[in-house]
Amino acid sequence: MSKNLNNLVIQTRRDILRMVHAVNSGHPGGSLGCVEFFVTLYNKIMQHGQDDNSNDMFILSNGHISPVYYSTLARAGYFDLKELSTFRKINSRLQGHPTNHDNLPGVNISSGSLGQGLSVGLGIALSKKLNSDKSLVYVLTGDGELQEGQNWEALMYASANNVDNIIVTVDYNGQQIDGSTKDVLDIGDLKLKLEAFNWKVFEIENGNSLDEVYEIMNNARKDSMKGKPIVILMKTIMGNGVDFMMHSHKWHGIAPNDEELKIALSQNPETLGDY
Amino acid sequence: MEEFINQGDKDTRSGFGEGLTELGRNNSDVVALCADLTGSLKMNTFADENPERFFQVGIAEANMMGIAAGLATGGKIPFTGTFANFSTGRVYDQIRQSIAYSNKNVKICASHAGVTLGEDGATHQILEDIGLMKMLPGMTVINTCDFNQTRSATLEICKFDGPVYLRFGRPKVANFTKISEKFQIGKGVLLNKGGDVTIVATGHLVWEAIQAANKLYQNGISAEIINIHTIKPLDEDIILNSINKTGCLVSAEEHNIYGGLGESVARLLTSKAPYPQEFIGTNDTFGESGTPLELMNKYGLNSNSIFEAVIRVLKRKAK
Repeated sequence: MSKNLNNLVIQTRRDILRMVHAVNSGHPGGSLGCVEFFVTLYNKIMQHGQDDNSNDMFILSNGHISPVYYSTLARAGYFDLKELSTFRKINSRLQGHPTNHDNLPGVNISSGSLGQGLSVGLGIALSKKLNSDKSLVYVLTGDGELQEGQNWEALMYASANNVDNIIVTVDYNGQQIDGSTKDVLDIGDLKLKLEAFNWKVFEIENGNSLDEVYEIMNNARKDSMKGKPIVILMKTIMGNGVDFMMHSHKWHGIAPNDEELKIALSQNPETLGDY
Repeated sequence: MEEFINQGDKDTRSGFGEGLTELGRNNSDVVALCADLTGSLKMNTFADENPERFFQVGIAEANMMGIAAGLATGGKIPFTGTFANFSTGRVYDQIRQSIAYSNKNVKICASHAGVTLGEDGATHQILEDIGLMKMLPGMTVINTCDFNQTRSATLEICKFDGPVYLRFGRPKVANFTKISEKFQIGKGVLLNKGGDVTIVATGHLVWEAIQAANKLYQNGISAEIINIHTIKPLDEDIILNSINKTGCLVSAEEHNIYGGLGESVARLLTSKAPYPQEFIGTNDTFGESGTPLELMNKYGLNSNSIFEAVIRVLKRKAK
């Protein structure tokens, strides 16, 4: 994987940390865990930024990891990097949870109340089929989010109707606000469950490896349009890239203080320029 | 007193079905979704004629609303169909986040509203849906009164860009509006001119208001009748023009008086024309099993109740 993308990963981590620190709120844990996914998706996998009709589309269902989404969109050119400094502030388009309500480029739907993104992704996928548009829909969900029943309605619908132009990735970090998913409400053998719902399942053992994320996502993309919906179980480490944030649900929704920010940034030195 | 001719009893849901069929033939962007109630919603013809544009989602209304939001994101004009209860209360957060807040061009079409769905009872008889929907920023709320108006409304909301809640019912009721009458979203219809009292009615209660006005006329009371099909945005001008002339008002709806048309009218009157108002609607109660007629009578949703409310409000009117 190129040095440039490594640099983008580190810079995205810095953006996330600085954004949540500035407003002393937001969700750094899951954001940091999904940096490699976002960087790969927007720079190596998706066809986007062209005219609207032929674009792949992305739906973030677990909207609380908006910091990584906003940083990725800004660094992909959807809006000015400077706008990242408005995150969660009054009169901003960068709401705590993402929305298209204020016409933020790159965001197609509101999310935050969990469990809705998969259904929306299916609807977009169906509209693409009606338009004979061969582009794909990508959806990211959390693993704890799968406790929401609507997901299972959508999972059932997709396989029953051969919606094969959608690739769903589950951020499989095993953590949610109140603790580990195992302790809060065990989602059990997710692979088995998804296979029983007749989805084609891919697995990423290390979702914080750019190389592995790219390899599996590329394989998944090649397997699209073959009659089955596709899901990728992507194991990630919450808080990845900041040693004291890693492996704990504690940083799900808490911002670092001044001193913690300093340490976290020192572990991720500036590469492409701070916003 | 204007004369209104019933062209034959018909259900409003069939007006929706007929409108949707026409849309299917004339607009290739129109898609329809249903949660296992295709026959009840009269969506069969659309489904048969446009199988690729009809999505049977099964008994999964939350997923249906999300898929509709996605189809709208992809440029389609989705019409969802299920009972009013399952179109609103069951999926409120999906509508709120994925449709209303996201400003998606989804038409939420809801049959079997109110007590007149009859024997199925309170689990299916929602009397709170107008309130739920009108509180959502950006949501247009329409409750049609007969077959012809429901058909016209179905055609018209397709031309309008934005989320719409279209509410109609199950039973066969008088079909009295003219088929040629143009449906204008947000514009009330002045059915009868009168000087003593204003009756503002929506849905199935419009026909009852006409019957009440006939009886009032025989008693020497001249009632102005306004058919308010669009509860939000409310046609304030037509109501203010009328009440500034009559000086009192009765609102009538097949809905809880908490959160319905009557409350919207009351807000208007208290802020711009503080005249007395009486409310016809259900009073903070669930429905129950029974025939539509029995239920309308038991819950005071008929011409007699409107007549009596007019007598009450006339007594409160400043001399």
